[in-house]
Amino acid sequence: MHDMVVAFSKSWGLFYLIALAVGVVIYAYWPANRAGFTRAKNSILDKDDRPWS
Amino acid sequence: MIARLTVAERQSALLILIVMSFLGLAMAVAGRGTPFGLHGFLVIAASIGVGIPLLRKFYAPEPNPAQFEQYYDDPTKVGIVLAMLWAIAGMFVGVWVAALLAWPDLTIDAAWASFGRLRPIHTSGVIFGFGGNALIATSFHVLQRTSRARLPDQLSPWFVLLGYNLFCIVAATGYMMGVTQSKEYAEPEWYADIWLVIVWVVYFLIYIRTLARRKEPHIYVANWYYMAFILVVAILHIVNNLAVPVSFGGFKSYSAFSGVQDAMTQWWYGHNAVAFFLTAGFLGMLYYYLPKRAGRPIFSYRLSIISFWGITFMYMWAGSHHLHYTALPQWVQTLGMTFSIVLLVPSWASAGNALATLNGAWHKVRDDATLRFMMVAAVFYGISTFEGSFMAIRAVNSLSHYTDWTVGHVHAGALGWVAMITFGSIYALVPWMWKRETMYSARLIEVHFWLALVGTVVYVFAMWNSGIIQGLMWRTYTDSGTLAYSFIDSLVAMHPYYIARAFGGLLFLLGAIVGTYNVLMTIRVAKRERAQSDGGTDVPSYGRDPVLQAGE
Ligand code: HEM
Ligand code: HEM
Repeated sequence: MHDMVVAFSKSWGLFYLIALAVGVVIYAYWPANRAGFTRAKNSILDKDDRPWS
Repeated sequence: MIARLTVAERQSALLILIVMSFLGLAMAVAGRGTPFGLHGFLVIAASIGVGIPLLRKFYAPEPNPAQFEQYYDDPTKVGIVLAMLWAIAGMFVGVWVAALLAWPDLTIDAAWASFGRLRPIHTSGVIFGFGGNALIATSFHVLQRTSRARLPDQLSPWFVLLGYNLFCIVAATGYMMGVTQSKEYAEPEWYADIWLVIVWVVYFLIYIRTLARRKEPHIYVANWYYMAFILVVAILHIVNNLAVPVSFGGFKSYSAFSGVQDAMTQWWYGHNAVAFFLTAGFLGMLYYYLPKRAGRPIFSYRLSIISFWGITFMYMWAGSHHLHYTALPQWVQTLGMTFSIVLLVPSWASAGNALATLNGAWHKVRDDATLRFMMVAAVFYGISTFEGSFMAIRAVNSLSHYTDWTVGHVHAGALGWVAMITFGSIYALVPWMWKRETMYSARLIEVHFWLALVGTVVYVFAMWNSGIIQGLMWRTYTDSGTLAYSFIDSLVAMHPYYIARAFGGLLFLLGAIVGTYNVLMTIRVAKRERAQSDGGTDVPSYGRDPVLQAGE
C-alpha cells in the first residue's frame, strides 16, 4: 500500500501538476481571452449601487 | 433589520430557532453538570437571544418590495461590527498571554485563566472570530458587487453569520472549561465541528446560488479566492475532525487517526488553514478592495489567475514542513519542503501584483491611511511568505522549529498581512455600507495605522531576535561535547524580548480599539445624518472616487 502511494504520487502527481500549470498558463495567455480579462478588471471600478436586472 | 425579512423568512427563522432550542435542551439534559450540558444551555440562550428581537417584529408587515432591487447588506454590516469586537477580545487575550509569558507570576490561579486554556482562546478568537467574521462580511459584499446580483435570499446569510459566531463562542467557552481535542486550530470538539459543517455548507451554497444568478458573465478573480477559501476549509475541517465521540451525551471524542498519520493529517489541515483561511480569503479582499480604493484596475489580471491556481494546488502539498525531523517518511518531508519553496513564486506574484497596481498612485498611498494599510499588508505578505519558504528548508527548520522564530513568522503574517488587509478593507467598506462620504475621522485611521505598524514591527523583531538566540543557545556545544547552556539560560535570555513583544502587542491592541471606536462613530453619525434628512438620502455613495479625505 505504502509503495503504491509513493509510486503514484511520484509519477502521476508530477504529470498532473505540470499539465495543470501548462493549462493555466495557456488559458491566461490565450489571445482571445485578453479582452475579457481587461473588461473584468476594469468593471469592478464602475460606480453602481444596484444589482443589474 | 428584522422587518426587512419577508414573513416567510421570519417563520423559517423561528422554526430554526425552535429546533436549535430543543437540540440545546437535549444537550443540557444528556450532559447534566458537565461542560457539554453547559454548552446545551448556551445554545438555548443563543436561540432565545436571537428569538426575542425576532418575535418583536414577527408580525410586522411584508417589507417594501423596492428593497429587492438593492443589494442585501445587513449581514455585512453586522459582520463588520462583530469582526471588530472579536479583534478587541482576541487581541486582548493575546496581550494577556504575552504578559503571562513575560511575567508568569501574574496568573490569577484559576483553571480557566491558565496559559494552556487562554492561548487557544487567543488563536481562535483572532483567526476565527476576527478573521472569519471579516471574511464572511466582505465576501457577501464582494460577491454581490462583482456578480451584480443580490444574495439569493435573506435568511441564509444570517444563518451563516450568527451560526458561525455561535461556533466561535462554543469554542472559546469550551477551552475555558478544558474542552479540547488538542489539535492546534482545530481544538473544538465533535458537536461544535458538526455544527460548523452545517453552517459552512450553507455558506458555500450562498456563493454558488448567487453566482448562478449573476448578471456579469465573468467571475471576478476575488470570488475565486473566496470560493477556494470556503471549499477547501470545508474539506480540511471535515477530514481533520473525523472522530468518534465517546458518547452522544459528552464532549470527549477520539480521532479516527493515530500516530504519524494523525500528525500528518493535522498539519495538512494546519498548513492549509494558514493557506486558505489566513491567505486565500484575504487575497480575495486584496484583489477587490485595493484596486477599488486606489481607483486603478489590478496591474495584471493574468498574473492573478496564474497565482490563484499556483497557490491552490501547491499549498496542498506543503503541510509536511511542520513535521521535519519526525517519524514522517523523509520523502514526504522533502516533498513538503520543495513545494514550500516553489510556493514563493505565486505568493510573490500576488504581492508584486498588488504593489504594481499602486505604482503611479503613491501620492494616494501617502495621503490615505486606508490605502496604506493595504499596501503594508501586501509588503508583509511578501515578507512572511519569503520567510515561510525559507523556514521550510529542513536545515533552516532545525534552527527555527520550537523557537520564537515561528511565532515571529506567524505574527508577521497575522498582524502584518491578515490584520492590516482587514483593517484597510473595513475602512474602505464602512463608508460605502453606511452611505457616507468618509469615515468618522481620518485622523484616527492615521493613529490606528501607526499604532498597528509600530506594534507589528516591535512584535516581529522581538520574536525574530528571541527565536534565533534561543535556537543558537540550544545548539551550542562546549569543547567537551556537552550543551553550553541550560534551558533556563535561554529562558533568561528571552525575557527582555517577551516584555518587548507584550508592549508591541499592546500597541496593536490599542490600534484595534481606536479602529472600533471610529467604525462605531461612523455608524452613529451616519444614522444621525439620515434622521436629520428624514430618511430621504438613498444616494449611492458607493463607488465614488474614494480618496477624498486628506490623511492629515
Ligand atoms: C495584539 C496582538 C497580539 C498579541 C499580543 C499576540 C500574542 C500571542 C502570543 C503571546 C502567542 C503565544 C506564543 C507562544 O506560545 O510562545 C500567540 C500565538 C499565536 N497568535 Fe497571536 N497575538 C496577537 C495578534 C494575533 C493575530 C491578529 C493573529 C491572527 C490573525 C494571531 C495569531 C496567532 C497564532 C496563529 C498563534 C499560534 C502560533 C504558533 O502556535 O506557532 N495573533 N500570539
Ligand atoms: C509561502 C508561504 C508560506 C510558507 C512556505 C510557510 C512556511 C511555514 C513554516 C516552515 C512554518 C514552521 C513550521 C514549524 O517549524 O513547525 C510555518 C509556521 C506557521 N506559519 Fe507559515 N508559511 C507561509 C506563509 C504564511 C502566512 C502568509 C501565514 C499567515 C498568516 C502563515 C502562518 C503560519 C502559522 C500560523 C504557523 C505556525 C503553525 C504552528 O506551529 O502553530 N504562514 N510556516
